[in-house]
Amino acid sequence: MPLSLIPAEFNVQRDADLCIECGVCTRQCAHGCQNIDPEDGSVSSDEKLCVGCQRCVTLCPTGALQVVQRAEQGRYHAVWNTGARRAIARQAESGGMLLTGMGADKPFPLYWDRLFLNASQVTNPSIDPLREPMELRTFLGAKPDKIEFDQQGKPLTKLSPQLELEIPVIFSAMSYGSISLSAAMSLARAAAESGTYFNTGEGGLHRSLAQYGSNAIVQVASGRFGVTPAYLENSAAVEIKIGQGAKPGIGGHLPGEKVSADVSATRMIPQGADAISPAPHHDIYSIEDLKQLIYALKEATGYSKPISVKIAAVHNVVPIASGAVRAGADIVAMDGVRGGSGATPTMIRDNVGIPIELALGAVDAQLRKDGIRHRASLVVAGGFRNSADVMKAIALGADAVYIGTAALIGLGCHMCQKCYTGKCTWGIATQDPYLTKRLNPEIGVRRLKNLLRAWGLEMKEMLGGMGMNSIDSLRGNREMLRGIDMTEQELEILGVLPAGR
Amino acid sequence: MHRLPDFKIPAACGTAGILDRTGRRFNSEDVVRAMSVMRERGNGLGAGFVVYGIYPEHAEEYALHIMAMDQAGLDRLREYLPTALEVVHDEEIPTRPTPTIHDEPVLWRFFVRVPEKRLVGVEPRDERDYLVSTIMFINQEVEGAYVASSGKNMGVFKGVGYPEPIAEFYRLEEYLGHLWVSHTRFPTNTGGWWGGAHPFDVLEWSIVHNGELSSYGVNKRYVESNGYPCTLFTDSEVISYMFDLLCRRHKLSIEMACLAMACPEWEDIDREPDLTRKHLLTLMRQTYAGALLNGPFAVIAGYDGGMVGFCDRLKLRPLAAAIKGDRSYLASEEAAIWAVDGEPEESWPIDAGKPVVFTLEEEKVASLAHSC
Repeated sequence: MPLSLIPAEFNVQRDADLCIECGVCTRQCAHGCQNIDPEDGSVSSDEKLCVGCQRCVTLCPTGALQVVQRAEQGRYHAVWNTGARRAIARQAESGGMLLTGMGADKPFPLYWDRLFLNASQVTNPSIDPLREPMELRTFLGAKPDKIEFDQQGKPLTKLSPQLELEIPVIFSAMSYGSISLSAAMSLARAAAESGTYFNTGEGGLHRSLAQYGSNAIVQVASGRFGVTPAYLENSAAVEIKIGQGAKPGIGGHLPGEKVSADVSATRMIPQGADAISPAPHHDIYSIEDLKQLIYALKEATGYSKPISVKIAAVHNVVPIASGAVRAGADIVAMDGVRGGSGATPTMIRDNVGIPIELALGAVDAQLRKDGIRHRASLVVAGGFRNSADVMKAIALGADAVYIGTAALIGLGCHMCQKCYTGKCTWGIATQDPYLTKRLNPEIGVRRLKNLLRAWGLEMKEMLGGMGMNSIDSLRGNREMLRGIDMTEQELEILGVLPAGR
Repeated sequence: MHRLPDFKIPAACGTAGILDRTGRRFNSEDVVRAMSVMRERGNGLGAGFVVYGIYPEHAEEYALHIMAMDQAGLDRLREYLPTALEVVHDEEIPTRPTPTIHDEPVLWRFFVRVPEKRLVGVEPRDERDYLVSTIMFINQEVEGAYVASSGKNMGVFKGVGYPEPIAEFYRLEEYLGHLWVSHTRFPTNTGGWWGGAHPFDVLEWSIVHNGELSSYGVNKRYVESNGYPCTLFTDSEVISYMFDLLCRRHKLSIEMACLAMACPEWEDIDREPDLTRKHLLTLMRQTYAGALLNGPFAVIAGYDGGMVGFCDRLKLRPLAAAIKGDRSYLASEEAAIWAVDGEPEESWPIDAGKPVVFTLEEEKVASLAHSC
């Protein structure tokens, strides 16, 4: 095999004074970078194999290791930088598409960081969340435009099925297969115990997660993996996955190596076979086909569950979202260009789609203008990092937010972006039993519940600061936002005034 | 008259309402006396009155009270109005020169009917929908003219000043009505403008309001997506449209409309032992999340059948209610009620989020309608 020309990405620094050659790093590394010499017990690193997952650094008992990204290698070139050259070297050697994991890592404009929230001063008092109840409770699903009463004052209007959330944050679609059962279990239990929901992705619902069905949003994607009457029945809501922010317009691919006996049983495919999700649903070639699938699922579930349609935020997201609402979707989920994935072609991830902020601003405004905003809830996804991002999204008009990456980081992910290799050293994006047992679901549940609790506390504090005691009063309240560093057109799309006005 | 601002101005306020439940009519003296003890609550940059029952001779026509920036604004309206409505009668609103009152707009009132032909093919056939859209059109498109009120047998009189000189300016002692509601204002900007004073009115619904809605953005978008563009940038405007939407178009009772706007907290709903009521409250909150008013407010809403007072869910602004004889009172301060007629027979502070509705006695309303 010829010498690889792919430059190493990381520099593994081992402090010889601190290293006791215990070999922890060599056992923790799943990528073959850290090695122990069987003869003399000395440890060494093959830097070219390092993915920067920080597992060895974190677990080294003496703190002897440091893994840092290498600076630009060779002569500086602003265009042909190391990343660009590395990509070409990889492709010249493999002949394949560049693959990656997690959301886009390019420095796209982060509109959340260009938006400021409001607070009360003098003319209306802020409300102290320690003294007054602060309501984050949110309902997702179609709402009637009014309530009608009979002569006796009894309401005649029946509400369509709703999801009830104690915090408007949902764990985003991550399939069992792309993530480990321990990770899926952590998400499911934390959602159930925190009064929110998790999304199965297109991997089906593993039998051990069946008990959390009432907190599960089950996906029906183009591969239809794991979709059975029982799967639809044992759920809180059904989501038709049309697109994903990390890979709009293309399908999915779970490599056969990840299709273990358990994954095979859950997805209902042969063990070791690749699980291919086609790019489109082969029964949806137009909006009226989507309507048929929405109503087929409503029929199949006896109109007892909200039906969600998840789309990637692309250029014409406004008519697509509007069409989905008119086709009968109770929830429209939109995933922006920064949305995550367990495996996606790098070029697609980093170049297709638009930021979720702009999509949300445009879609919410148009649905209101059309007078159909109440007919569906809007859930947004794609790079939500903290409670302030969530608050800003709600002020722009979202009903709730999907978090994927933030939840995984909560479980220990260090964002090496190698989920697609199946060698996740944190036991999250892997099916290797040696690796998955590193994630203890008991601890995972606790960490995710903590994360939601912490965000909830911050959201209540911000809400009270704005003089509100209900999240209802923030939803679509763009008066609570001001923008900075934006063009007039960006401000107009977001429907916010510049700071100072 | 100052121009319409294009942003929202916070204001604090004092409010009072007096209703004679038997429908007996009285002049402005009592309500002015009530307002005069709440001088601290205003700063002379806005005050106003609404009175119901003042135009018995035109009881079947909608009374449009107009504020025009100048004669040209009124002329533009005069040109437009006959194309949309049948004008039965119109006249200048009488005023008298009053110290401290200046920069007044051109004030005119038109008594109008909705021509039959305008409703052809309109479903549901409600002339009030047509009137609302006509008013919205005037406020947005007829430059320099604003509709201050548009109900039947009622009118809004407001401007920049303290309540007493505003009453004097409009010669309100010459009017007789069965319900008077007044407002004094403490806006935080410097130049008050006439149209920004309260009450705000759409059709029969007139609103005075003390507070600032933190939820303004949500409520504005809610009424706007139901066909009420907000042109005046005030909370009271939004609340008046909300009453029209909820009570007239959605046919909710006044209590239900107030419930939509100030629904109990989830904590209380979760504890509600009556399952029917629990179901109702849950349904209301789910459906009317956009109508929920948040932040401090105390509102008095006048309508053809009486008046209602209600406060925010935390009771961040004061509102007292009282009854004496045939009269019912609502005011920011109980002292204002005492100032009118001494100690009331019954008086109580309004509970957080619980509306108090005072209605005309029904047979009286019927006989009033008959006499018109």
